[in-house]
Amino acid sequence: MPTPFLARDLRVIPIDAYIDPPVPRARAIITHGHSDHARSGHGAVLATPDTIAIMKARYGEDSAETFQPLEFDTPLVVDDVTITLKPAGHILGSAQVLLEHQGQRIVVTGDYKRLPDRTAQPFELAECDLLVTEATFGLPVFQHPNPQDEVARLLRSAATFPDRAHVIGCYALGKAQRMIALLRDAGYDAPIYLHGAMIRLCELYVERGIPLGLLKPTLGTTKSELAGQIVIAPPSAIKDRWSRRLPDPVLAVASGWMSVKQRARQSGVELPLVISDHADWNELRETIAETGASKVWVTHGREDALVYHCRQQGLEAEPLNIRAFEEGEDQGDTEEQGELET
Amino acid sequence: MRRFAQLMELLALTPSRNRKIEALAEYFRSTPDPDRGYALAILTGALTFKNVKPAILRDVVLAEVDPYLFGLSYDYVGDLGETIALIWPHHGGTEPLPSLSDLVELFNMTSKADLPRLIGSLLTRASINERWALVKFATGALRIGLSARLAKTALADMSGKDLQDIEEVWNGLTVPYTDLFDWLTGKAERPDIDHTARFHPLMLSNPIDEEKDLEKLDPADFVAEWKWDGIRVQLIASKGKVSLFSRTGDDIAAAFPDVTESVFGDAVLDGELLVGPDFEPMLFNDLQQRLNRKVAIGKHLATYPAFVRVYDMLFEGVDDIRSLPWTERRRHLEAWFAKNPQTRIDLSPVLSYRDWNDLAEIRRRGAADHGHEGVMVKLRSAPYVPGRPKGLWYKWKRDPNVVDAILMYAQRGHGKRSSFYSDYTFGVWKGNEIVPIGKAYFGFTDEELKQLDKWVRNNTVASFGPVREVSKELVFEVAFDSAQQSGRHKSGIALRFPRINRIRWDKPATEAATIEDMQIFLAAT
Repeated sequence: MPTPFLARDLRVIPIDAYIDPPVPRARAIITHGHSDHARSGHGAVLATPDTIAIMKARYGEDSAETFQPLEFDTPLVVDDVTITLKPAGHILGSAQVLLEHQGQRIVVTGDYKRLPDRTAQPFELAECDLLVTEATFGLPVFQHPNPQDEVARLLRSAATFPDRAHVIGCYALGKAQRMIALLRDAGYDAPIYLHGAMIRLCELYVERGIPLGLLKPTLGTTKSELAGQIVIAPPSAIKDRWSRRLPDPVLAVASGWMSVKQRARQSGVELPLVISDHADWNELRETIAETGASKVWVTHGREDALVYHCRQQGLEAEPLNIRAFEEGEDQGDTEEQGELET
Repeated sequence: MRRFAQLMELLALTPSRNRKIEALAEYFRSTPDPDRGYALAILTGALTFKNVKPAILRDVVLAEVDPYLFGLSYDYVGDLGETIALIWPHHGGTEPLPSLSDLVELFNMTSKADLPRLIGSLLTRASINERWALVKFATGALRIGLSARLAKTALADMSGKDLQDIEEVWNGLTVPYTDLFDWLTGKAERPDIDHTARFHPLMLSNPIDEEKDLEKLDPADFVAEWKWDGIRVQLIASKGKVSLFSRTGDDIAAAFPDVTESVFGDAVLDGELLVGPDFEPMLFNDLQQRLNRKVAIGKHLATYPAFVRVYDMLFEGVDDIRSLPWTERRRHLEAWFAKNPQTRIDLSPVLSYRDWNDLAEIRRRGAADHGHEGVMVKLRSAPYVPGRPKGLWYKWKRDPNVVDAILMYAQRGHGKRSSFYSDYTFGVWKGNEIVPIGKAYFGFTDEELKQLDKWVRNNTVASFGPVREVSKELVFEVAFDSAQQSGRHKSGIALRFPRINRIRWDKPATEAATIEDMQIFLAAT
């Protein structure tokens, strides 16, 4: 293929715009609202209406000079580059960026998953010449189980220990709302209790048309009231002072990392729930093949294994080694999140 | 297999000991023979399959998975069994896995050549959690932090039988323990075991309370012995065979051939395993070189020769003398020694003393001059009672050493304490810097723990994962049993059994101990 019109730092060269730039830029295209992709301080931001709403809720109305909403599957021509946002299925409003220029097609996946999730617009495949793919779970040990089975395990545990609270560590944006939706869809209709750090984003999801059932703050509840209940909190809070208000809690964490039991055990998680908002190893490989890309850049995660796999398949592949500070399931100690509610 | 997998997962992940016991008891109660016996054997490490080795499992996986990708994955996961379970690419579990007893038969009967195919098909049939348990079951490498003792406690819980009774019969039983479960469920009498060939639960002592106990006890009713600083063992010599068990009933004979090959006569003896030439005990540190090894290292046999210092006798020949008073047992023991002169076991001497003050002085001098850990005080009329009976045997440890050290790092605890910074690393001055000398996580009250937790959070200067470095301001009075030289620690010193004696909120860090202060403790041991 000809030289890509995208630079390795994800600058769209002909229009001087960056995708998910980690430092303030004049023009930014934002794939989704997690803080390792969406930062404040850019000049002009192009993103889906949901992502813009999330950015404004998290960073403030004036966190960029201008916000330009772009609906999914609606091509936008800027100079001689056509930009289309395709649903990525990762969280509400999450998009892949499809760029077309002089007959060359490039897709930047952002974070994505292909399993059904009613809190995010479902993933759409876009064919391309160059694919820039995430690799959060880019190792063959990551084969995510069916999330409904994981929720069934949670409900079984809740039935086994009616005197204990089940506290589920979830990232506040995306995972928390998906977890609630999965519980509701499994028929769980009791109130679900929220750590303070969760409330605002759950309200935003509901406002944007994703019903989550009856939600209550844990603040002001008594221990006995929380017995037998399900509580959603940031992962860092479940083992911290905040959790002392809960009656003999079962510590659960919902994350793709939880598949490794030895890790869950070391971090004191009693009920690991393997529920991920990222593609697993098999999805990553299938997607690469289905896009028909001849060239693959791998970023955000375990690049080595996926680059190796692509080369085995005869594709040109390279790691990008972009180091942003990490949020969501991309690990990292997010202790501060847990200290918001005191 | 599904229920066994669920049990394994619970055991691996729940921090609560009581919940583990409940789950085990429930499993043993509701699982039929012989499956529950095989589960018990796997959990206690009593069952392994000769041909099923981790290497075979790895080969099975490498036939299906690229070796480079397997290597990256293994690096990430860190546990071979778990890597195999997670990476296995074929999933088709419509047919349930065989029962545990069928699995045992399959693993034992299948030829080496056919094993890879069998293992591959089992991995494919298993669900993800079953696959993890299956690999652990096949290789016997559980790594879920379960002790045999806990499994036995669950058996006691399930049956209402005494834990002592279960331990009594334990070592004479064979997998899959059908006779054990028949007894536990009331279907049969207690299994009849050859009493001279297996471990007998030990009699343990209680710490003496100097203020309350001594004035009530008549010194004439008791005898005293040194408290030896080795490990408690039970030595069984029977029909030319010698076994050596640790206090928990683990067979450690293979690591101490110098002892087992030299002993003769028939008896079950209770004593302390020590190392040193000509019955002169060396330091515990030296003994440690020989512990936790499957077999002895040749040069250790010469540098750290082992011996057992005996202080009690449970059986003479085939006669159970445990119900006799100590004075009678001692007479049997001395007579037996006279009849069977030994080269690697000797008698622990009885100390003579006039009254408690006299013994206190003996204890103090023993600690200062010879580094003795303290004295044992035993009731002359007491039979040998397994467990920790009250009022029969006392340990009177020497006064602990104390040092004022500075809190350096704090780490979160486990289980109930997982929201508290409860594990503390402390150090002493070495010139202008502070070097760590030890770590302790008990000795304080729940209320003090709350205060400490708060102090740590308010005085954190840096975080490294779960560890917080704090400003070097808080002084602990740390008590410890002894100090030894150690190449592993930056300070060159390692403390034995350190605990927080007092929190010195009042004391400035500048007045804490120095590394030079620590030298006198080294000299004393």
